[in-house]
Amino acid sequence: MLLSETDLQSIWLTLRLAGVVTLILFIVGTPVAWWLARTRSRLKGPVGAVVALPLVLPPSVLGFYLLVTMGPNGPVGQLTQALGLGVLPFTFWGLVVASVFYSLPFMVQPVQNAFEAIGNRPLEVAATLRASPLDTFFTVALPLAAPGFVTAGILTFAHTVGEFGVVLMIGGNIPGVTRVASVQIYDHVEAMEYGDAHRLAAIMLIFSFLVLLALYLWRPNQKNT
Amino acid sequence: MEPINARFAIEWPGFNLTVDLELPGRGVTGLFGHSGSGKTTLLRCIAGLVRAPEGRLVFRGEIWQDANTWVPTHRRSLGYVFQEASLFPHLTVMGNLRYGQKRAPSSVGAEDRVSLDQAIALLGIDHLLTRKPDRLSGGERQRVAIARALAVSPRVLLMDEPLAALDIARKQEILPYLERLHDELAIPVLYVSHAPDEVARLADHLVVMDGGRVLASGPLKETLARLDLPTAFSEDAGVVIEAVVASHDENYHLSRLDFPGGNVVVAQRKEPVGHRLRLRVHARDVSLALERATGTSIANLLPATVVEIADADTPGHCLVRLDAGGTPLIARITRRSLDHLGVARGKAMWAQIKAVALLGD
Repeated sequence: MLLSETDLQSIWLTLRLAGVVTLILFIVGTPVAWWLARTRSRLKGPVGAVVALPLVLPPSVLGFYLLVTMGPNGPVGQLTQALGLGVLPFTFWGLVVASVFYSLPFMVQPVQNAFEAIGNRPLEVAATLRASPLDTFFTVALPLAAPGFVTAGILTFAHTVGEFGVVLMIGGNIPGVTRVASVQIYDHVEAMEYGDAHRLAAIMLIFSFLVLLALYLWRPNQKNT
Repeated sequence: MEPINARFAIEWPGFNLTVDLELPGRGVTGLFGHSGSGKTTLLRCIAGLVRAPEGRLVFRGEIWQDANTWVPTHRRSLGYVFQEASLFPHLTVMGNLRYGQKRAPSSVGAEDRVSLDQAIALLGIDHLLTRKPDRLSGGERQRVAIARALAVSPRVLLMDEPLAALDIARKQEILPYLERLHDELAIPVLYVSHAPDEVARLADHLVVMDGGRVLASGPLKETLARLDLPTAFSEDAGVVIEAVVASHDENYHLSRLDFPGGNVVVAQRKEPVGHRLRLRVHARDVSLALERATGTSIANLLPATVVEIADADTPGHCLVRLDAGGTPLIARITRRSLDHLGVARGKAMWAQIKAVALLGD
């Protein structure tokens, strides 16, 4: 089975995008999840709903608003231009920003659940053992929530790999820049190249299955104490 | 030793706590009460796990809380043992012990410092160090939790019903270790419990709480002997006596235990002469006689003076507080006997003790 140069390019781009997005979401999503898990603020509901929006919104709707906001006349577009970064749509980093929003719930929700499952007690214990809140977060909360992070990382990565609508809206279809595997398959089908589409689609199918299989087989090796 | 002064007021829906206490800066203080009496909340306020909006806490001269000061829990020099051991599941026993120990400030004076080895030896856990918490029994876990709290070299040890989650066999496993703490540690211990026997066995000072208020605070012996407290209203009403092993009778396999105002004879003890023991005499095991009974199998007879008479838990009974040459006793007798014998304040009588519980068996 041979893949064309552009097929390989689209797979590499997809993996790069999913990797960068997962990394960014570990950093951005963790504090959001911690806050949602611990807060008693009235903002918890609204913030939680906003985080969950991409789960139900058509990707084209999200893509459309991001396109408008990040476009040359949008507020974010104006800002990026003022900072000398140009406009983000139809660039790799535009895709990254859009994917971060789109995959946010896949990172935040499992991590939030993991933080909530820890409960108050281990944090209180740490405080009585002289650990400051920040110290407690890194030495108790993070290790105890580790299974949640593995789940969240896998889901986020896989979900970003499977993105299509948002990418098309915000990134278009530029080879090597924004043409990810899912878009490449679409192009093959448009061009009636069913054989090429099959090869790439089969790779995506097997990849997705293996990821989910790993997730379902994997059990955190710890019992309750 | 400077005392601990605690004043807290909390108003939560369905729960109030109003306390103003001075607790001794040494020995074991039992915080005793039913569930919902506020004893655990009081302990959490002292630890800084709950912030009472109007509170003042002065720990041996150091202000931990007042209108302008709030020392967070992790800066308070305390050790805390929770009802469930709450060990960190991702660390080994040694990892759990070192967690607090390596964070403890080195400013603690060398004489107050509890070394890791000492804590391990006190609780007898040296064979468990490399295990994960899920490989320990319930009793072992709680011993590790106590050692972990001690390893931070705290200036006070707070224990919230450390035995409540364990079955009787596990309790008996841990109690001797708690007694060792009592004997070997210089720091004060605040011990929350709803079990009269635990308190009677371990405490020197007793605080009785009910409905978020303090009903009594005083030395254990005197407080247990009071008839106006809920402690007197239970099956377990009784007093605690500190006694010394005076002699052994090898013929009859008996031991004589002396205390101020008299002595009792019990089944032979293994402790040597001179050893101190705590006895618990339940009110239901004490009966009264006008004269020294002769034809009786009850060996333990003490002359005593009636101090006070009060209602008991049933209308047919009453409680009589006696003074046996400086040692307080409580007898639970029927109203009928009370009238029949003409028991009245100041009357000299004989107390017949049917059974003595030795704390520490």
